[in-house]
Amino acid sequence: MSILLYVEHDGINVNEATLKAAAAANQLAEHMGNVEIHALVAGSGTISVAEQATKIAGVAKVVHIDNAAYENPLAENLTQLVQNLMADYMVLIAAATTTAKNFLPCVAALQDVMQISDIIEVKSASSFSRPIYAGNAIQTLETSDEKLIITVRTTAFETAELSANAAITDITFAAEEATSSFISAELSESERPDLASAKIVISGGRGMGSGENFSLIERVADKLGAAIGASRAAVDAGYVPNDYQVGQTGKVVAPDLYIAVGISGAIQHLAGMKDSKIIVAINKDEDAPIFQVADFGLVADLFDILPELEKAL
Amino acid sequence: MKILVPVKRVVDFNVKVRVKADGTGVDIDNVKMSMNPFDEIAVEEAIRLKEAGSADEVIVVSVGVQQCQETLRTALAMGADRAILVKTDALVEPLAVAKILAKIAEEEGTNLVILGKQSIDDDCNQTGQMLAALIGRPQGTFASEVVVEDDKVTVIREVDGGLETISMSLPAIVTADLRLNEPRYASLPNIMKAKRKPLSEKMAEDYGVDLKPRHKIIAISEPVTREAGIKVADVTELVAKLKSVGAI
Ligand SMILES: Cc1cc2nc3c(=O)[nH]c(=O)nc-3n(C[C@H](O)[C@H](O)[C@H](O)COP(=O)(O)OP(=O)(O)OC[C@H]3O[C@@H](n4cnc5c(N)ncnc54)[C@H](O)[C@@H]3O)c2cc1C
Ligand SMILES: Nc1ncnc2c1ncn2[C@@H]1O[C@H](COP(=O)(O)O)[C@@H](O)[C@H]1O
Repeated sequence: MSILLYVEHDGINVNEATLKAAAAANQLAEHMGNVEIHALVAGSGTISVAEQATKIAGVAKVVHIDNAAYENPLAENLTQLVQNLMADYMVLIAAATTTAKNFLPCVAALQDVMQISDIIEVKSASSFSRPIYAGNAIQTLETSDEKLIITVRTTAFETAELSANAAITDITFAAEEATSSFISAELSESERPDLASAKIVISGGRGMGSGENFSLIERVADKLGAAIGASRAAVDAGYVPNDYQVGQTGKVVAPDLYIAVGISGAIQHLAGMKDSKIIVAINKDEDAPIFQVADFGLVADLFDILPELEKAL
Repeated sequence: MKILVPVKRVVDFNVKVRVKADGTGVDIDNVKMSMNPFDEIAVEEAIRLKEAGSADEVIVVSVGVQQCQETLRTALAMGADRAILVKTDALVEPLAVAKILAKIAEEEGTNLVILGKQSIDDDCNQTGQMLAALIGRPQGTFASEVVVEDDKVTVIREVDGGLETISMSLPAIVTADLRLNEPRYASLPNIMKAKRKPLSEKMAEDYGVDLKPRHKIIAISEPVTREAGIKVADVTELVAKLKSVGAI
């Protein structure tokens, strides 16, 4: 019985998050006595993705299904497909992206198992650690379920190398017609690095005051080659789109450098960035909680500091 | 149309919980408890659908200890019509909650269940999806907009890349994200009125669901904490420091 790794992709490339989940899958495979890892690529016109997936370290086989039903990751369709495959697998594992968080619990329910959400450590073949209470506590659990359905917090694992050379098996599956349908997607286009995997992230909060003022952040980000993030307050106020949100309920990031500008440092925001290597905080309130986690704090007005920083870089 | 909204009683989002010294859990004695913030948003959405004429009745349900009554009363004060408390002192996992909710959804003949996307205590983010799978209905998770029209519901979802719109046939499951709406505060007269709204009590066992946890908690520990660093005087010093540690 092997491990099934769900491969997330944009139709062209394997998502970086999948490589982190692959690292967790490799650790688990070792604890389980070196069982095989199979990578599932579901999509439409995705042979290039399947070919990339053959290289993911530790993957012994790529299971590829090419069908218009998987062009968009509709939970109903993915659930049926994976539920059908689970007869042959002990473990289903994926990065904790919105796609996996959407359909893995469905498979778990049909398998009658509890999902193990957001693991940060593989302790044994049946024991894992995961953050709870917005990361203010770490839970270590032992599951009694026979099959394991796991999502992986990507910031806690290394990136698996692209060193393998697995074979591709094409499969077909006739799913029942779904009672939901994809209408459209409005995806943010950006030349900047992906927020979830960027080496440097600069985020703005309510202190930015407006969406226009985010151009101050953009100019610094351009100099640093950084991704841009935001607090919930900045997203709620409409300064930036929802996919910029960093935190307990947004994206969890752990770049080498995180710069928080005009962000107070609420528990829910810290939950999404406190594992960053170096944290810089720029805030005019010297008592802002963000300074308690910042390596370098600058108590000042961001409207003075951002232009200066842009020049100094 | 009947809408069911499951609401969970959790440690208030403003409280920074402390891990117990013996590593068996977090200290929730004398800590403020509230309705899970996402569930407030779910309740609000259900009430708005009723106010817009899309729904006739909003039923709220909570699975847990007797004090969940308070959470249910809050939802009734916001405008829900009636409440069901499914009582248990045991720690109930999302899978068991989903199974109980499946029974209630069937019993009540609800067309729409709106849950929160995530509990802020266990951070599981799975109950709604499990419920959808168990009853074989479509789901629109992480919703930032919900439009009900005849027997269809259109949901705009917050996804990693931006926004996604899907359409579902009713009955369906929706889970609420933060930007779906801004929940109202209950007015004093409505809080008084809520005391007289029907609240029925059931025992978890009444639903014939096996509540035995699948996860045994081995330990609850403190996360690695960060030390506060230093304050720098100006941008020049900041840039110099960042260079010296190789961050830029
Ligand atoms: C269920 C739930 C989930 C949540 N999830 C998230 C999440 O995922 N991510 C998230 O970020 N939040 C989340 N929140 C919200 C969180 O609790 C805070 O409300 C939010 O993070 C505050 O954002 P902020 O720091 O930008 O705003 P504020 O707290 O208002 O802070 C603004 C800061 O800007 C500073 N400032 C203002 N003007 C200037 C200036 N000119 N120069 C310098 N500094 C200035 C101020 O001193 C202040 O510290 C969640 C809340 C709940 C209830
Ligand atoms: N014990 C419970 N009682 C009522 N609703 C619950 C309970 N547990 C979870 N829920 C619902 O399921 C959602 C997701 O919870 P979770 O899967 O634990 O993150 C919550 O926002 C609630 O709407």
